Amino acid sequence: METYILLGFVLILSIYLGLELIAKVPSTLHTPLMSGANAISGIALVGALVLSRESDLQNMIAFFAVTFASINVFGGYLVTNRMLKMFKKK
Amino acid sequence: MTFLSEISAIQNIVYIFSSILFITGIKMLGKEDTAVKGNFFSALAMFIAVGITVIDIVNPLVLLGGIALGALIGSIIALKVKMTSIPEMVALFNGFGGLATFLIAWSEYNSIPDNLFQHVLVMTTLYIGGVTFTGSLIAYGKLAEKIKIAKTSFITKIFTTIFYASLVFLIYSVFVTPLLVTNFEFFTVLLVLTLMGGIGFVLPIGGGDMPVVISLLNSFSGIAAAFAGLLLLNNVLIVAGSLVGASGLILTVIMAKAMNRSINNILFVGYASSSSSGSSAEEQGEVSPISVSDAYLILESASSVLIIPGYGMAVAQAQHVVRELGELLEENGTEVKYGIHPVAGRMPGHMNVLLAEANVPYDVLAEPDDVNPTMDAVDVAVVIGANDVVNPSATEEPGSPIYGMPIIEVHNAKTVFVLKRSMSSGFAGVQNPLFFKQNTRMLFGDAKESIGGLVSEFKE
Repeated sequence: METYILLGFVLILSIYLGLELIAKVPSTLHTPLMSGANAISGIALVGALVLSRESDLQNMIAFFAVTFASINVFGGYLVTNRMLKMFKKK
Repeated sequence: MTFLSEISAIQNIVYIFSSILFITGIKMLGKEDTAVKGNFFSALAMFIAVGITVIDIVNPLVLLGGIALGALIGSIIALKVKMTSIPEMVALFNGFGGLATFLIAWSEYNSIPDNLFQHVLVMTTLYIGGVTFTGSLIAYGKLAEKIKIAKTSFITKIFTTIFYASLVFLIYSVFVTPLLVTNFEFFTVLLVLTLMGGIGFVLPIGGGDMPVVISLLNSFSGIAAAFAGLLLLNNVLIVAGSLVGASGLILTVIMAKAMNRSINNILFVGYASSSSSGSSAEEQGEVSPISVSDAYLILESASSVLIIPGYGMAVAQAQHVVRELGELLEENGTEVKYGIHPVAGRMPGHMNVLLAEANVPYDVLAEPDDVNPTMDAVDVAVVIGANDVVNPSATEEPGSPIYGMPIIEVHNAKTVFVLKRSMSSGFAGVQNPLFFKQNTRMLFGDAKESIGGLVSEFKE
């Protein structure tokens, strides 16, 4: 239980940090920020990699979870990068 | 210290380093000058976190194959997609992230949760992940205009009911099933209901409210990842997931504020479309149409022009001719600015991306608060396919459904051109008195053709 309390602490602090960091983002960057954040949510990939794989079902689930999370990661970062490259100053 | 525990200690230290990079990355992503670097840092953080995780996996070939396959599919989609389809792509990728956490929770359920807290976490992660997945797919379908099911249709009502049922069943699964021995496969029912509930969550939400929904789903996928991190006792998942959850939440609030509506109202009520159409119908007068050549004459003598794009510009793919018109006006000595409303289009910042694609520099894009105070000095305001975001009812008519919504007050400009295909009302279903004002001229037709006409007049 102590571990959970500690991790819950990390969770709350990170959310608070996130809110502080992004509170004043210019509207120009709304889409890239969303898309970049979306790529970060592909961190589920790390979770998918450490899943236990004792049964066939779990093996299959792990494979699909890894694949879909990877699509999210690679697609997300590349699209964000493409988008940001278009933004130019005068 | 055994070899294995040493590895896990090293992994945790590297996870901390990776978390710091994620935090730095997302911070830099919030500023124009550093955004590209920020995205790179966050990608690097991801690479490091995944790399250190892979080193001690038993039998890694299958999973590495999955990464390779995902990388291939993701890269192809990301590099091939047209910039105009960005909103639906973001929705799709987001859905896949949600699916991954849904699967993680499913797998963890099969590892048999050994205490109540884990049980609750598995159910909640599964639910948020699953709703994110199917909800994002529906959002994708709506944005790509592949799904056209009316809010009032029978199918929508069924799925909305299923959504509420799935919520009730989630509560049942979380609190009742650990206490009672169930005599049916409640988990299978939860899996199915969750996926169908996600459909019911997004299906009734209209196209104009999509910026809010996408931001919210984005936030969900982050929260789901953070919960999965709690489940797997993994720090970096918690930190990265929370950052995404927070950023999605901020965008959701910004979008809802820009519409002057509560998130609750957007998700569960929708516009009360009939409330004031009666009163505004009476004050309508005649609209004054204008031809392209007359519009050209007025633009040519204008010394300051404000362009207000909306979803109609995206539909007509007019951003390139718009940029061309802007450049010709500037050569002519006219000051050109763009007034961008935060909820114009179908996702947060949609107009900014479209104009950036057409090479419009971002420093001429202004927000409503910057352009409204000096609106009387604007000679011509050109409204391209925008409607609700320039509707003066929002400031003048307390009974209107959109009353109180911050708008771009183009009606205060000396002349207003409204480029529009027909007289149909905007997404909110509210009649727009702007069209009937003395200083408004309607330029009917496809936005791309009308502006193309203006451009060729200028070139002659």
